[in-house]
Amino acid sequence: MSTVFEYRELFIQGLQATALLTVLGLLLTLVVAFTAGLARLSRHWVLRAPSYVFVEVFRGTSMIVQLFWFYYALPQLGLQLTPLFAGVLVLGLNEGAYAAEVVRGTIASRPRGQTEACIALGLSPAQRMRRVLIPQSIPAMLPSFGNVFVDLLKATSLVSFITVSELTFLALDVRNNTGETTAVFLTMLVIYFALAMAIALLTLLLERRFAIDRKRRPSLRKALLGSGGGPVSA
Amino acid sequence: MPPLTDHHAATESNGRGTSEMITFEEVSKSWGDNHVLRSLNFHVAPGEKVSIIGPSGSGKTTILRILMTLETPDDGLVSIEREPLWDARGGAKPKETKQMRAICRKIGMVFQSFNLFPHMTAVQNVMEAPVQVLGMSKDDARERAQDLMELVGLSKHLDHKPPELSGGQQQRVAIARALAMRPKILLFDEPTSALDPELIGEVLAVIRDLALSADMTMLMVTHEMRFAEEISDRVVMFDSGRVVEQGPPHKIFKDPDHERTKLFLRAVLER
Amino acid sequence: MIWSNEYAIDILPVLLDGLWLTVRITLLGMGIALVLGLFVAVIRFLKIPVLSALFTFYVLFVRGTPLLAQVYAAFYVLPTYGIRFSALVTGVAVIGINYSAYTAEVYRAGIEGVPAGQWEAAKALSLPHRRTWAKIVLPQSIKTIIPVLGNYWVQMFKDTAILSAITVVELMQSAKTLANSDVRSLEPYTIAGIMYLVISYTASLLVKALERRYAPTH
Repeated sequence: MSTVFEYRELFIQGLQATALLTVLGLLLTLVVAFTAGLARLSRHWVLRAPSYVFVEVFRGTSMIVQLFWFYYALPQLGLQLTPLFAGVLVLGLNEGAYAAEVVRGTIASRPRGQTEACIALGLSPAQRMRRVLIPQSIPAMLPSFGNVFVDLLKATSLVSFITVSELTFLALDVRNNTGETTAVFLTMLVIYFALAMAIALLTLLLERRFAIDRKRRPSLRKALLGSGGGPVSA
Repeated sequence: MPPLTDHHAATESNGRGTSEMITFEEVSKSWGDNHVLRSLNFHVAPGEKVSIIGPSGSGKTTILRILMTLETPDDGLVSIEREPLWDARGGAKPKETKQMRAICRKIGMVFQSFNLFPHMTAVQNVMEAPVQVLGMSKDDARERAQDLMELVGLSKHLDHKPPELSGGQQQRVAIARALAMRPKILLFDEPTSALDPELIGEVLAVIRDLALSADMTMLMVTHEMRFAEEISDRVVMFDSGRVVEQGPPHKIFKDPDHERTKLFLRAVLER
Repeated sequence: MIWSNEYAIDILPVLLDGLWLTVRITLLGMGIALVLGLFVAVIRFLKIPVLSALFTFYVLFVRGTPLLAQVYAAFYVLPTYGIRFSALVTGVAVIGINYSAYTAEVYRAGIEGVPAGQWEAAKALSLPHRRTWAKIVLPQSIKTIIPVLGNYWVQMFKDTAILSAITVVELMQSAKTLANSDVRSLEPYTIAGIMYLVISYTASLLVKALERRYAPTH
């Protein structure tokens, strides 16, 4: 374990890179999710069709394939991206495709009566979406977006494949240099775990803050175990 | 008290004269094999208070929903103040148009399940449409909202959110919200059916006040027979997509002509 | 030339071999996940003092750390303790164990999702415990469980690509090797992508059909 302490600089660097990737990835994910999600709800098929294709393609292919494609295959078409750019781009597009379904599903599952009340009051479809349906949906989306956040954290480890010096990449490095396999990997896993728990706690706090119905307080148990997500959601 | 509506009862600027505020001509609607409305002919005069009674699934609510453009008729013509709202004559499929929304603005609706916006306070709920649709300033809209909230007896609950209000209070806010748009026609779809018994009275009181003081046209689907008898100008007995009979309340409730009406009333009033 | 059809056709056999291994890994991995997950779910449900808490922590930890990190950890750490499995065996085992943490949750959610009213009604009718489980609770929970498990299956299929990190020659690794040796990367990665897409899209349509078929009746 003393080796781990010696190399703590690298671990901290890895932690910071992982956190940066996660946050940047989250920002792009939000943009993509709302764009694609709302487009899927549009009455105009010109918006619905491309977003459907986008979502299915990015959800249907492995994230690793996407990483390799954007970083290694694109140059053959003439475009060379930096590892960090490619990493954040793929994180955002991939998770955004999954999150788009969260956006679409949550908004679409608002009680029909809300839409009817808007029609009765004469609100336009755009006003209805902007003023009534989306604001109501945000608290309902938070648990799922909490999962997305954790999934992003875990997905950052894949970015090690395209030479980004995040936690997994650097852990391998340290291990290669020191041969302290168990200690190094244990530390790496614990750091990820701690970050994941921090995100779960943050999500819980946000849920409580934004709850419309104060009577049903989100539970810690639910926040930790979540209602879905996957190992890496690749 | 500010005027609730600003329409003039008998004449209209289009010169045709409005002896009819709402007109249904040969309107039909079915869901698959279920004929909810069969060639319905139905009229409501301006300022008239009409109650529609009848068994569930008889098509009563569909009438309101077609007026509120929540459903599309399969056939027939629906007009408001003689202007076509839905023209499905000959089975044509009518399309939603901007004109439709303009006509639709004359109509307001109070729903069985209130449908208040849960993320806004009561007063914000009432202000929303005047600001967004009529382009009112927030201050003017707030003033109107406060007046209406006072009208329905909820001045102390302006900044409460719907989950913090009882069912009866929520429905009263819903009524205020509908009134904020100064509709010429107000539709009530079983406004008290989703309420606990002890909360029904407060909502009926508000509706009664409206019926007695406003010259707004009111069309109400309800199971509250005594209430319907008290406030209506006309009661319509509806069953299987058709009007069974209609007339003044004392006639329908005390001495109906049709067997179907008698059976229904006997079943409903005997509890 | 940007895209060579000739080259694309040339590399198909190699990629298909990789795909076949991918499919087998998925089947095996899912088998492990389903069985192990059930075991974990039962232990947690029985609330055995130390064991259940341990398993709950195990579920949390596995779900809170990346699969790739777990794969590397297993692949490099195990040999230092004298346990030498092949990359393939290690990979399948890790994927299976990882996904069991998710299937365990699916089982739990499925059982808890059966309305309390069902249990109460069974009690009121004095149905014996085993019968309640077998005839009332399980059939209803299966309706919700199956589509979710189907989704995880599809996800696992895509996650097998991670095993390319420890040199398992599944589809992703095959594509990588081709790209590195032939210096043409567009065709291998694009075709691999299309293969993943076609299979997982088809599978997800099947799962959606299952969802509709088993949709809970409101």
